Amino acid sequence: MAKVMPSEWEGFNGGAWTSTIDVRDFIQKNYTPYEGDESFLAGPTDATKQLWDQVLGLFQQERENGGVLDMDTKIVSTVDSHDAGYLNKDIEKIVGFQTDKPLKRSLQPFGGIRMAEGACKAYGYEVDPEISFIFNKYRKTHNTGVFDVYTPEMMSARHNAIITGLPDAYGRGRIIGDYRRVALYGVDRLIEDKQYQKSTICGTMTEDKIRLREEIAEQVKALKALKNMAAKYGYDISKPAINAQEAIQWTYFAYLGAVKDQNGAAMSLGRTSTFIDIYIQRDLDNGVITEEQAQEYIDHFIMKLRMVKFARTPEYNALFSGDPQWVTESIGGMGIDGRTLVTKSSYRYLHTLENLGTAPEPNLTVLWSKKLPESFKRYCAKLSINTSSFQYENDDLMRVTHGDDYAIACCVSSMRVGKEMQFFGARANLAKCLLYAINGGVDERVDAKTGKHNQVGPKYRPVTDEYLDYDDVMDKYTDMMRWLAGLYVNTLNCIHYMHDKYCYEALQMSLHDRDVKRYFATGIAGLSVVADSLSAIKYAKVKCVRDEFGVVTDFDIEGDFPKYGNNDDRVDEIAVEILNKFMDMVRSNHCYRNGVPTTSILTITSNVVYGKKTGNTPDGRKMGQPLAPGANPMHGRDTHGAAASMASVAKLPWSNAQDGISNTFTVIPDALGKDSGVFAGDIDIESIRESMKD
Amino acid sequence: MEGYIHSTESFGTVDGPGIRFVIFFQGCPMRCQYCHNPDTWKLNVGEKRTVESLLEEYDGLKEFLKSGGITATGGEPLMQMEFVTELFREAKKRGVHTCLDSSGIMFNESKKAEFDELMKYTDLIMLDIKHIDDEEHKKLTGHSNKNILAFAEYTRDLGKELWIRHVVVPGITLNEKYLKELGYFIGGLDNLKALDVLPYHTMGIVKYEQLGKEYPLAGIEPATKEQAVWAKNIIFEGLKERLRDENKKD
Repeated sequence: MAKVMPSEWEGFNGGAWTSTIDVRDFIQKNYTPYEGDESFLAGPTDATKQLWDQVLGLFQQERENGGVLDMDTKIVSTVDSHDAGYLNKDIEKIVGFQTDKPLKRSLQPFGGIRMAEGACKAYGYEVDPEISFIFNKYRKTHNTGVFDVYTPEMMSARHNAIITGLPDAYGRGRIIGDYRRVALYGVDRLIEDKQYQKSTICGTMTEDKIRLREEIAEQVKALKALKNMAAKYGYDISKPAINAQEAIQWTYFAYLGAVKDQNGAAMSLGRTSTFIDIYIQRDLDNGVITEEQAQEYIDHFIMKLRMVKFARTPEYNALFSGDPQWVTESIGGMGIDGRTLVTKSSYRYLHTLENLGTAPEPNLTVLWSKKLPESFKRYCAKLSINTSSFQYENDDLMRVTHGDDYAIACCVSSMRVGKEMQFFGARANLAKCLLYAINGGVDERVDAKTGKHNQVGPKYRPVTDEYLDYDDVMDKYTDMMRWLAGLYVNTLNCIHYMHDKYCYEALQMSLHDRDVKRYFATGIAGLSVVADSLSAIKYAKVKCVRDEFGVVTDFDIEGDFPKYGNNDDRVDEIAVEILNKFMDMVRSNHCYRNGVPTTSILTITSNVVYGKKTGNTPDGRKMGQPLAPGANPMHGRDTHGAAASMASVAKLPWSNAQDGISNTFTVIPDALGKDSGVFAGDIDIESIRESMKD
Repeated sequence: MEGYIHSTESFGTVDGPGIRFVIFFQGCPMRCQYCHNPDTWKLNVGEKRTVESLLEEYDGLKEFLKSGGITATGGEPLMQMEFVTELFREAKKRGVHTCLDSSGIMFNESKKAEFDELMKYTDLIMLDIKHIDDEEHKKLTGHSNKNILAFAEYTRDLGKELWIRHVVVPGITLNEKYLKELGYFIGGLDNLKALDVLPYHTMGIVKYEQLGKEYPLAGIEPATKEQAVWAKNIIFEGLKERLRDENKKD
């Protein structure tokens, strides 16, 4: 006998998703691929315009106020810590703020009380002394935990910036809860499932089992808190959502709970548009809502995502060049059965850039495939030209590894939603590592405090010749990279242990399966500097310039050399070799909780800060000059145009940089083609002649 | 065979259809006052490249260039006619779309056989008519435009696809009378497929400074896009006038 579906699911096709938590199966059984164009889209409603004007006013006030509108200094932020907050309760279709007021930043000390205090101080606020006392005296934070266990070598590597941007003083982020689960199943069902999971962890109580039982207990508490938070807004989310508005609201509540719980370096949303589309389509088919209403829900949802803010210090903002939240939403892509995952709601999400105007958040990310519907590609291209406000990632590449229900965390980190997570790992500075190889582990900069160079790495044999020899340097570099990879991975082991212990992402993990695959992310900075430096050593002559301490601090380059970014195998292969070597060295280390090691080449902004801390390099780059972002060629060295530049980057194997390869690319519009105003193509003299006859 | 190449560009989007591999040839006999590539004037300098090495470079990028092809420009590629012919011959063997971006200055009746051979392997010609008035053309470029206009008619007689380019410079070509005359002339080219009106810009000045040369058009303001759009419309008026006149004759 067929099971009776709960009334909330009326009209949906059944499947495995009804008996197990399986959002992907629900999507596959119920979504409507859309191959048409954007002509169905609706403009903003009056309510949308009114609310957005209000938000723009608040943003303006925030800027005038020095970057922060208001800060909470008393209430420690948790999933249900604050009362409801509104813009205009009467006309908001999707509600919920991190605190009781829009843009008021919450107090999130679990990552580190010092960071929370510093963030407040920077904007003229002070954390309530009692809170400071509690977190300094009784409630240890992640940050304190990490510094309790760091070795002197780790501290030194950190201080000298060969390993940088480590999430040891703030929330690591990069975890995406499957926020859709709350809408599809309701919280009660999820709690039930978690309690069942907990019951399956029994027998000999190893440390792993004890930890998992404790974590699931925390997850259940977080889910209960989530219900409580929604109740403050007058919603009962214990049951599944019954219509589109609720589905969006439930999903948003789940996400909101996550950002109230965690001030993570990247708090991404996942892949919600096609899921939400099923609800919208059902309501449209039933004649319950109009397209205008559907768009209004989406507009209000996106508006809320644009208002997610965290309290952060100016130093943090300097590292990330701004105050990013990385509310990444992955849109489109292709299914493994060949159907496109583009739906009308993929258009509706992107259309918010037209209805509300452009914005950096949420970070709308189109999963691009050659096979995407032509009209969708055209709409994306048109919108990119008009707004420059969203990014593209290669679905054809990632689908092979992650299937068709993965999403991007931060800018490029891919993971299956609810099934995989990531331990965020910042990056190691490979350019500096090359200088360490040349100088036998000695930092190339003079420490301002001691007036000397620091011995940071192991005292390996330094280069003593006047001219650098490729084989000799490569040998030494390989040894130094091996040291760096080991130290780096072990530093991250300490960080993630402590983050799990003191700043566990209970709500986000409650929206995951019991056994998740954990990617152990690392990252590298300065790849193009290293490739060009080694190329200079190999193909030109590089002479060492030593300072009064005998440390090589500069280089004279005689002759020219192939430069990465020109599709020239001679140097591009060096870049590939370095990446492969380093990744294998990372792999040879023990990673916390059986994490699967990956690496990324994706500094989009922090390359500037890393460059400041890196001395002269053998490619001719001077001390303090920025490293190139991500996997980019160095500025101005790619002299053969964009395709050659991209071809060089494309040689880097994704299998060894699975956490992402970024190539920041700026181009003036005129360089992308002819302006239709001054260029007349498709002239047909014959037909003009004919038309002249009349 | 080797040619003198100034440089290559792997992502050409304004030198023919699609994304193109653009080869800048070294050497040019013209001295157009607004030239923005004065570094390509000198003959027999630059990098010596073989046809094979250029096509290899193209091959390494062909994923990006599928909708485009190769464009030979410069400088004046036809100063190295034999080399361009060889390049295009080999490119066509590989099925690559070829585009010749030329001033047409090298054309004359005595060289017709050579041109015939090159045209066998050329899919598209982009011809830059600097000035329609011969006297003004001499002032602007140092040469008569007779061969250039003859080249345009020669491509028409062959039925080769032709794009015409015209740079509008305030005070020189941004002139209703001349623009109309230009339109009248190109109205007689049945093989015309596109008209590209380029507003004069001053981005070349830096190169003159680097080369220690005086910039001939110093003080002339760049043309605006609006002026270029206006010019395009005037050219079209001239073009239509020609067709109207021809219709009357019929």
